[in-house]
Amino acid sequence: MIARTSASTLTAVVLGLLAFAIFGPIANMLLWAVAEAWYFPHKLPVEWGFSFWERVFRPQGNAMESLVNSVLIALATVVASLAIAIPAGLALGRGNLPWRSFFLLLFLLPQAFPSVAVHMNIAHIFYKLGLNGTYAGVMLVHTIQGLVFAVWIATAAFAAVDRELEEAARNMGATAFQAFRTVTLPLALPGILASAIFVFLISLDEFTGTFFVGVPDITTMPLLLFTASMEGNYQIASITALILLVPSVAFMLVIEKFLRADVLAKVGT
Amino acid sequence: MNGLPIRIENLDVSYGDVPVLHGIDLTVAPGEFIALLGASGCGKTTLLRALAGFIPVADGHIEVGGEPVGTLPPERRNMAMMFQSYALWPHMNAAQNIGYGLRLRRWPKARIAERVREMVALVGLEGLERRNVTRLSGGQRQRVALARALAIDPPILLLDEPLSNLDARIRQNMRHEVRSLQQRLGLTAILVTHDREEAMSMADRMVILDTGRIAQVGTPEEVYQRPDTAFVAAFMGAENAYPVNVRRANGAVFVSGPHVAGETRLPFAASLDERGVHCPAGNGGPMVARFRSEAAALVESARLPEDHLALAGRVTRQSYLGNVYRHSVRVGEHEFLVDHPRRIAADRTVAVCIPAGALNLFEPDPASDRLPSPHPHPYPSPVTGPDPVAADAAGGRAPSPPTLAKETRQ
Repeated sequence: MIARTSASTLTAVVLGLLAFAIFGPIANMLLWAVAEAWYFPHKLPVEWGFSFWERVFRPQGNAMESLVNSVLIALATVVASLAIAIPAGLALGRGNLPWRSFFLLLFLLPQAFPSVAVHMNIAHIFYKLGLNGTYAGVMLVHTIQGLVFAVWIATAAFAAVDRELEEAARNMGATAFQAFRTVTLPLALPGILASAIFVFLISLDEFTGTFFVGVPDITTMPLLLFTASMEGNYQIASITALILLVPSVAFMLVIEKFLRADVLAKVGT
Repeated sequence: MNGLPIRIENLDVSYGDVPVLHGIDLTVAPGEFIALLGASGCGKTTLLRALAGFIPVADGHIEVGGEPVGTLPPERRNMAMMFQSYALWPHMNAAQNIGYGLRLRRWPKARIAERVREMVALVGLEGLERRNVTRLSGGQRQRVALARALAIDPPILLLDEPLSNLDARIRQNMRHEVRSLQQRLGLTAILVTHDREEAMSMADRMVILDTGRIAQVGTPEEVYQRPDTAFVAAFMGAENAYPVNVRRANGAVFVSGPHVAGETRLPFAASLDERGVHCPAGNGGPMVARFRSEAAALVESARLPEDHLALAGRVTRQSYLGNVYRHSVRVGEHEFLVDHPRRIAADRTVAVCIPAGALNLFEPDPASDRLPSPHPHPYPSPVTGPDPVAADAAGGRAPSPPTLAKETRQ
């Protein structure tokens, strides 16, 4: 009896700490988003209001433009990453490619070095190519970062598809491409969609690459957030962060719908 | 569609640099059921996969209905295969699995639905059409796989140990069902199996493979009763081997040996219809007699039956098999396993009596250590691994039967 009580107390404490760790910063952010004035030693904002929201969304402020930029670049990054990750994952996941682990490590390489150093050099190269300050340039920088996840997850997803399932499709009269489209791809799809989520979130959150390649012509939400934080404007920063949540959650909801088994079954037919 | 004939000529198949099949020649009549039988690593699955087009042919020809198919991709060979793992697509339900081949053939939806209903009724899966295949039992998956293969109305059905994952009772039923469906539809069928009982009960003709070569082709009766080689005899269960001296004269065989009283005269059988000693080659001299445990009998009295080869021995131990006791009998330096309805105590002197019709005589095989193991592994892995040589070493070149092992040790 006592053991059970103490166990449930412990569970409650652990859950409480966990909730605080997760929701504490979010609650703080929510408070800042609706605070007009909040200074020490007050535990709560002194004045409440939405005037900063008006400032963020006013036409002169570039919040909406940054949001649109962020979402468009993230979507383009997902498309570009998958366009590389699906064939690469198929080749690497099948295991008969020579230098397999070398190629897998190659995609990890950009993550292995300090990102500022990597991006400074990328910016230098892009400048010569005329890619600095363009959407394509920013999208490419994000793709380089997203690829390691996209390729690795897609490789695992394709490797998990039993070879005999494809052979059965070929045996029933499917060409190599038909077998890929109706059997291999649908079976690897949950993994590929998971990698799409990763890439989308990485791109939406990406800062250093955008900073070196995009600024000042292209501004994304994380850059706006950074500027606001540096200026000590916590209201603007919090509101920006909240807005940044919208596309993340929306994208995950869409993907989550796709991940349902019965939808997957339809993709295969 | 009725079955098509298959002609395989001088077929060589390799995995990379490792040759697996050597000069396979086989002609299959339309509507015939062929069983490819052999120990694991003998190349039987490789032969089936080469037929289906999953493994490229190194040399030789494959013809189906007179058309060469050796270089066609798998999808154009018109052979439906049942896989050992069933290979059902987990993202489709039973009906979608069955209708897949028809969708590829661009049948109209209504016709596909009708054909799927027909197939579901044929294999007895009514009520499970919408069930996801991952939620079906082994036997039900087996039926879906069979229905999927039959739905496209193939002229040729390839069966890759499709029954080996089922439990014994369902397996008996499925053997019967697959065989009667094949006969009703008139399909040409090729079954790969390591189970000789399965092969004998289903096939019109059996092909015994030994390390990539055909050891014998024949009806189950021929292969069982008149094996061409000591290898086939051992593989078909004649695991007791005893060296004898043979003289042939006047349509009879005279056998003598250290534990045979005098020279025994036994009738010689030239064909399946005759009862007598099977002696496919050799005119006499030192030979090896092979017989099955269940074909021999133990006699305790001094009165020995006619037309039997009697070997004097001593019982060492026995085990109970249900219908009979299997006795270990020591004859000189050899040890035989012989079935007898009653338990005979150890150390009793007995005669191992082998009827002439159960005796096979072969010329001594210098490579007798290559004979298959008396108890082949019940679940050999399919030959898809990267190293068929290792598989050969484990299966085809398995240790010799206990009698031979004893022989070499002493």
